[in-house]
Amino acid sequence: MTKRRIHMLAVLGALALILAACGGGTSATTADGVTTTVGGDVTTTLADTSTTMADTSTTMAAGELGVIEIAAGDPIKIASLQAISGDVASLGLDQVRGIEIAIANKGEIAGHSIELAFNEDDLCNSEGGQTGATRIIADPQVVAVIGTSCSGAGVPASNVITSAGRILISGSNTSPVLTSDLAGNESAEHHDGYYRTAHNDAIQGAAAAKFVFEELGLTQVATINDGDPYTQGLTSAFEGPFEELGGTIVLSTAVTADQTDMTTPLTEASAAGAELIFFPIFQPAGDFIPEQAPSIAGLEDVVLMGADGLLSDTYVTLPQSEGMYFSGPTTPTTPAYEDFVTQYEEEYGEPPIQSFHAHAFDAANMVFTAIETIAQMSGDTLVIDLQALRDELGSMTYEGLTGTLSCDEFGDCAAPSINIMQNTEAEADIEAVRGNVLVTYTREDLGL
Amino acid sequence: MAQVTAPSPARPVEVELRPAPPVDLGRAARLGLIGGVAMVLVAATGIVGTFQTRLLIDPILPLGLLFLYLLAFAFGWMAGKPPAALEGFAPARANSRNLVAGALAGALGGLCVGVLAALMSTFDLRGVFVQLSPQLLEILTFGLPLGAAIIAIVAISAVAGAIGAGVHLLPIRLKRSLLPALVWVMMFALFTDLVGQLFAGLSAEFLTDFLFTGRGGALTIVGAITVFIVVFVAYWLLGGRETTLRGRIEAMPRGQRTRFSLIAAAVILIILWFVPKVMGPFVSQVLDTAGIYLLMALGLNIVVGYAGMLDLGYVAFFAVGAYTGAILTSPQSPAFTPQLLLIVAIPFVMIAAALAGLMVATPVIRMRGDYLAIVTLGFGEIARILFNSEWLAPIFGGAQGITNIPDLRIGPLQLSTPQDYFYPIFLVVLIAAYVTYALQNSRWGRAWMAMREDESVAEAMGVNVVTAKLSAFVVGAVLASFGGALFGAQIGSVFPHSFDIVVSVTVLVIIIVGGMGSVPGVALGALVLIVLPNLLREFSQYQFLFYGVLLIVMMLTKPEGFIPSKRRAQELHADELSQDAWLDIYGDKPTTDATTTEPPR
Amino acid sequence: MSEAISVPARPIRSASRVTPVTIFLWGLRIAALAVILYGSYQSISSGRLSGAQWRDLLIFGTSTGSVFALIALGYTMVYGVLRFINFAHGEVFMVGAMMAFYVANGLAATSLWIASPFVSLLIVFIAAMTTSASLAVLLERIAYRPLRNAPRLIPLITSIGASFTIQYLVSGLVGPSTKDFPRMEPLRGTINVAGSLIPTSRVVVIVVTVIVMIALYLFVERTRTGKSMRAVSEDQETAALMGIDVNRTIVTVFAVGGAMAGVAGALWGLVFPSLNYFSGFLPGIKAFTAAVLGGIGNILGAMLGGVSLGVVESIGPSLVLAGYDIPAFSQLKDVVAYAALVMVLIFRPTGILGERLSRDRT
Repeated sequence: MTKRRIHMLAVLGALALILAACGGGTSATTADGVTTTVGGDVTTTLADTSTTMADTSTTMAAGELGVIEIAAGDPIKIASLQAISGDVASLGLDQVRGIEIAIANKGEIAGHSIELAFNEDDLCNSEGGQTGATRIIADPQVVAVIGTSCSGAGVPASNVITSAGRILISGSNTSPVLTSDLAGNESAEHHDGYYRTAHNDAIQGAAAAKFVFEELGLTQVATINDGDPYTQGLTSAFEGPFEELGGTIVLSTAVTADQTDMTTPLTEASAAGAELIFFPIFQPAGDFIPEQAPSIAGLEDVVLMGADGLLSDTYVTLPQSEGMYFSGPTTPTTPAYEDFVTQYEEEYGEPPIQSFHAHAFDAANMVFTAIETIAQMSGDTLVIDLQALRDELGSMTYEGLTGTLSCDEFGDCAAPSINIMQNTEAEADIEAVRGNVLVTYTREDLGL
Repeated sequence: MAQVTAPSPARPVEVELRPAPPVDLGRAARLGLIGGVAMVLVAATGIVGTFQTRLLIDPILPLGLLFLYLLAFAFGWMAGKPPAALEGFAPARANSRNLVAGALAGALGGLCVGVLAALMSTFDLRGVFVQLSPQLLEILTFGLPLGAAIIAIVAISAVAGAIGAGVHLLPIRLKRSLLPALVWVMMFALFTDLVGQLFAGLSAEFLTDFLFTGRGGALTIVGAITVFIVVFVAYWLLGGRETTLRGRIEAMPRGQRTRFSLIAAAVILIILWFVPKVMGPFVSQVLDTAGIYLLMALGLNIVVGYAGMLDLGYVAFFAVGAYTGAILTSPQSPAFTPQLLLIVAIPFVMIAAALAGLMVATPVIRMRGDYLAIVTLGFGEIARILFNSEWLAPIFGGAQGITNIPDLRIGPLQLSTPQDYFYPIFLVVLIAAYVTYALQNSRWGRAWMAMREDESVAEAMGVNVVTAKLSAFVVGAVLASFGGALFGAQIGSVFPHSFDIVVSVTVLVIIIVGGMGSVPGVALGALVLIVLPNLLREFSQYQFLFYGVLLIVMMLTKPEGFIPSKRRAQELHADELSQDAWLDIYGDKPTTDATTTEPPR
Repeated sequence: MSEAISVPARPIRSASRVTPVTIFLWGLRIAALAVILYGSYQSISSGRLSGAQWRDLLIFGTSTGSVFALIALGYTMVYGVLRFINFAHGEVFMVGAMMAFYVANGLAATSLWIASPFVSLLIVFIAAMTTSASLAVLLERIAYRPLRNAPRLIPLITSIGASFTIQYLVSGLVGPSTKDFPRMEPLRGTINVAGSLIPTSRVVVIVVTVIVMIALYLFVERTRTGKSMRAVSEDQETAALMGIDVNRTIVTVFAVGGAMAGVAGALWGLVFPSLNYFSGFLPGIKAFTAAVLGGIGNILGAMLGGVSLGVVESIGPSLVLAGYDIPAFSQLKDVVAYAALVMVLIFRPTGILGERLSRDRT
């Protein structure tokens, strides 16, 4: 009995201590004057640095986000936050490679080398995004983060990184949740300091819908997504405008990303009388729909359409993808892009494994160009004002591999036009498919 | 379990002993070839190439090649290990033959890498093995021509193997100082930003500048030597002690022991209080994640460890907690938005989790172990798919999840940073640990354990098996749901992707690697399996590979976990004990716990 | 703890007492039946799918289920002998499929691929079987044999570790990208089976599976090795006393199970010609489900469980869920599969054919 009581006492004491700690910890934070922002401590530290900076160098007035100083001989640090493990590893690895090539090609900025200080995994989920982002911002020297691969990871990462004054720029987030609906309504999870070179789902969905209804003249459409936020977002971005135009969505269904047997949804599509199936999903699930569709009675002549998630060399060379339509951002066919691909293959032993390497490459280069423009020398030290960096990224126009990039007020920077392409017998590889543009829609064409 | 022979306790030599068998060179050769395969795999999966750019000690020691030759060292160590002391034989003494064995194993391993290099320079293997690039060949051969390179590789591996075997020749005190010193140097070199953050938190940045090439940079040569000497001297001075700390605590009289535990608990708590302040946001974030996993592990420990029901779908309850919390607190919740404070929402979260626990438990009451495993796995997947589905999207948000979950607020205190969250998470963990501990010896706990041992007997003795099973599931579910609610609030959003089967497996692995049924073991498991991989995030590309290998090695060598509960360790080593008892001609008590006994010298 | 997981085999029957749980379970059974029947009635009477479409779904389901059945054999045979779930078996299947891909890719570059498809396929099958069997035997030797007498949770955890290790080794060695199987012209057409056009590849899968299963059945029932396998699964110690080499028999079990997974891998490549390092995970889990569904440890049960699971997955969503107007119901395919498992186990707690096994063993 006495032993028990002692245990109870010990535990109670422990709880009391922790409670005290809890109160103490938070009030200490409040005492610093930081009350609500996530990562507020870091902001404060930065602000402190900037004050000392302002004391020593009178030439510069620091912006309210603080500055990052890079001493002579030190590298400029950027970070990558991509999905590099698990079943979506190829999405992230592809972009990490794009970033690495961008760094190698850029060489240096104002005499400072560029270092990929972090190669974090966003795990394609929110806790991965949160942990990775927190780790990156703990290093006060990191200027910008290229990431995330997945929109789900982007939500917490955008909050953490922008609260710390740094830049997050993604090559493959397309969810409207992170920016706006393109109709001028800011989304709940948009934060200043977040940018992306990938297009907003809203543009692509509307473009694909317009093409199917006006150019192909089809009115009965089935959509299939794979339960990923991106593909689900894109199918709903397709369905709305398509029905507004007067078409009918005869079936809106979903599969799972690891599903191989597509006969059930395809049979349903056939029964519903679909003339076209829009399935903006990824490989390998995307391989199986055209593979199995012809064997379903009633779908022998169905038109198939995918999106940029399937615009890769490994997909368009599949025999079954012949005749398919694709929507996607105006894609690079320039010699610069070919050089990039050559370099990619030399470096990594395989052709690009996904479709967002060029977006990540552009994202990295946008950051480099912006830093080049706004960085100032103070004695030996390179000074990067974080507010100025945001302003510059928000206003600059950059000619990238993926087109002309310029950001709107909510951080959507992607080339605001969407190509519709077709993979016919004549097209042997991804370059040719990307070149076989049937229609191009700009944001104005779509009224967005 | 041939590896885990418990050494018999030292006793005066009274009978004639036969000479110890020498080191087996054939075994060394086999080990060398296995090591060679491992080395080739490390090269061919791209580990060497990827980590070659990571310098451990600037500028001499890149991690990639070190990794390769550490394997040669490890296999040399295994090959050169004297055979286990057997009853009736003299204890084996290491001699030059051990060195030869180590060198042989290392050389054979190196030879395999040499063959790989030769193949790579003759054929283009990149069509299949994408990592076998010319750059890798350059790294492996040190830029030498092939013949010279192979000789160099074999020589270096042989030396590494011999050094590994040489460890067995060192006097014990030197060994006990040398190895920790090397390990500490490795730790400083690997966890650069943890160490950097620690020094920064303690306002000792000068140490960072002294030891490292800069914040987040590699260890300098001077730094490495400094760390080595400091640790070596410290261990050398401590090395004279005969007994371990644990042994000394156990030897204390009872009153003193209680006082000691109280003081130790207080010291640990005070340290914990300062941890988030010193360690900054990143380490706090990692600790928060570990805390949430620890909470789940404590809950699963009740279901699997106490009640003996293998649950592979535990993530479902975590998801239920996260989603209930999110729906009740977030303004973005699709169906209805009561926008409660999390504190107010907690009772509802608990009720939801308890109901989910009952829903899963009731159909499976009559099922046996393996059936239970697959059915619970099925429930876990069903939960994830339903949360992700368009059918239930009007309630749970489907693929787009629920965002804008407000931060935890307790009265006037608004928590926001990872440092802030550290306190409530660990408060809940402490409560859960206490509950678990208290339940162990309660009526329920005894019923669970009786049921675990034999369900029919337990029922015959008057244990209500149905209630026991249901209560185990419900308690486990409620603990996991707490974790889920805190997780949602801390991250600020929930997406179905976070509730993958990998979470269930990770939690299970935590309790097994840590030591099932043992609370400190579970805590250590969370530390090793959550904190370390998160701190070494640059390895994340290979995280699951290391993780898998760790699991296999752990199960083969130490299946009871790092800190086993005494009872479980006994059960696991029952065979060895009976064998010892049979051999024990002196009538001494057999060693009860193989893990705490030092080999006799 | 050694008995931690093996809760006694006999279902607990409190003879005459009616507990709330019993009532609940009966309620659940009736409710489940009602839900299924009403949903099926609704969706069949709506006439949404034609009779031919239902039949096609059945055939597609059977062919996918055949592959599940082949993989499930590996789970169930190992379970029968060692009483543990070899979680890494899905990876054995994946490695077989990978090997089939590389061999097929190599052959597709030669004239043999077009000149003699049958010989090419045979080579692909043999390569996949050998690889998978060797991997399974290797796993047994390295990871499971030292744990032969450990509590059953220990080898289970080891196999989870092995599963991760193999996945990420493959990802590291051959890259994470999706590999595309070369197509074989004769398999791309359709065959007229009883009035309906079925893709040839599906027919080949079913035919090969039936042949392999018959061969396996004869092997287990008629040969000496098969007899010793059955003896070891009944009682290891007695079998050893009777002069059976237990180690060798267990290795044979792993090899045969692996070879079945290899066949499954190659067949998978024919029907679903894209794969990556993660492709073994889901079929593995499904096959595991199939093995339990049929009654784990029972070879006939695995065959039956696999085919039923394939059919349930294929038809279930359209049959039951569509009747309730659930949006995007094909997304819930896996929910249907797992729910079917739970339902079957509620009615028969030891699986479809598991009765004999569970009564015999404690």
